[in-house]
Amino acid sequence: MLSKRIIACLDVRDGNLAKSIKFVETKDIGDPVAKAREYYEDGLDELVFYDITASSDKRNIMLDVVESVAKQVFIPFSVGGGIRSVEDANKLLWAGAEKINVNSAAVQRPDLIDECSHAVGAQNVVLSVDIAQVDVSDRVPSGYEVVINGGRTPTGRDAIAWVIEGEQRGAGELVVNSIDADGTREGYELKLTRMVAESVSIPVIASGGAGEPEHLYDVLTEGKADAALVASMVHYGDYTVSGLKRWLSNKGIKVRLKY
Amino acid sequence: MERIVLAIVDYDAGNLRSVQRACQHVGISDAEITADPERVRVADKVIFPGVGSSESAVVTLQARGLDDALTEYYHSGKPLLGICLGSQIVLDHSEEGDKECLGLLAGRVKRFQLADASLKVPHIGWNSVDIVRDHPVLRNIKSGDEFYFVHSYFVEPADEATVYGRTNYGGEFCSMLGRNNLFTTQFHLEKSGRLGLGILDAFKEWDGTLPC
Repeated sequence: MLSKRIIACLDVRDGNLAKSIKFVETKDIGDPVAKAREYYEDGLDELVFYDITASSDKRNIMLDVVESVAKQVFIPFSVGGGIRSVEDANKLLWAGAEKINVNSAAVQRPDLIDECSHAVGAQNVVLSVDIAQVDVSDRVPSGYEVVINGGRTPTGRDAIAWVIEGEQRGAGELVVNSIDADGTREGYELKLTRMVAESVSIPVIASGGAGEPEHLYDVLTEGKADAALVASMVHYGDYTVSGLKRWLSNKGIKVRLKY
Repeated sequence: MERIVLAIVDYDAGNLRSVQRACQHVGISDAEITADPERVRVADKVIFPGVGSSESAVVTLQARGLDDALTEYYHSGKPLLGICLGSQIVLDHSEEGDKECLGLLAGRVKRFQLADASLKVPHIGWNSVDIVRDHPVLRNIKSGDEFYFVHSYFVEPADEATVYGRTNYGGEFCSMLGRNNLFTTQFHLEKSGRLGLGILDAFKEWDGTLPC
């Protein structure tokens, strides 16, 4: 039987590890390569790096980070942030990423998903979607709207329609990130995660809001997620990856315990 | 230090550098990514990796003359390790694109047809492997250990005696396969942490023979 995955998300800015709170403030909290290695040795199943470097002339720093991680960490990892073309995707895969992660650029130009999927294979293309809860309307019948640019810009797109389109265009996995829950540590957006999981047939990774082990349990059961993304709850040392996995295992969730 | 010339077969199917890095990590410093059939023929060890579609992969292998090189290499008796797509192409035939494959081992490649709608295809993530019979490359792992899978098709060998491992995903499928000097894993051992590297480390020491 397939295990549920615990995935750690590392935001990287100018080569340093950063953590955002409600997508707005960010502060640097260390070396992403050392952190990746620490989590790998502690039994993490997968890693996601988001490059939040603002200036494009510093983008190559991320390629160095990816190269260093790939030499030391032998679990899958994806990289997102700033991917606008197949060329960008190929650079990251060549540097050692297993998968690439597209978000705002795919909303602005949906063909990016088809192009990347065709060029590098659907299994290597992760579609990340930042989602905000809004009033139900004709344009947004699910009550969940896709937002871009770190949650600042509403798009008028219905989130459920977008994830279905994303799968059809060739995304191999989905990250569902609730910007309402992100950074709150009050739990994942269960209703949203479940709606997405029931709308697509590709794996769904829940993101945003994890603060307690119970939150992971809830999203992997009630939320129907295949994987749970964690960030601040492990970055600041409140919980360890291995501790979370043991806790989930004791609650009857199948996770990988031997590594 | 003993030098090992290991060839990683390049047929435009996936991230071969991940395999090369994993080789370097277990001490195979001169693992070479190559699309040259001559390099494959003369290598002491060969890894046949790959992700993606077997349909286009077989076309590329043929165009580069790598299909014949791999077949010759296999018949030389030297160790050959197939990973993921590489574990599928060594069989006779794949449902994917209804394609004839290398035929080093009798069997077919089939797509998952799962009755349980909650099980997704591709099968992505960590799953456990039950070891069916011992093999020199499995000396560092135990039955039930978990490895990282990404695939929509699985192998169905004709001969049960070639099955070394099984995995459950809406039913059992063969996740490790072997015959003579050939051993394959459906999972990505290069992305499966310390235990995956353990298989590679044992492959480094394997001479291609099986204990009687």
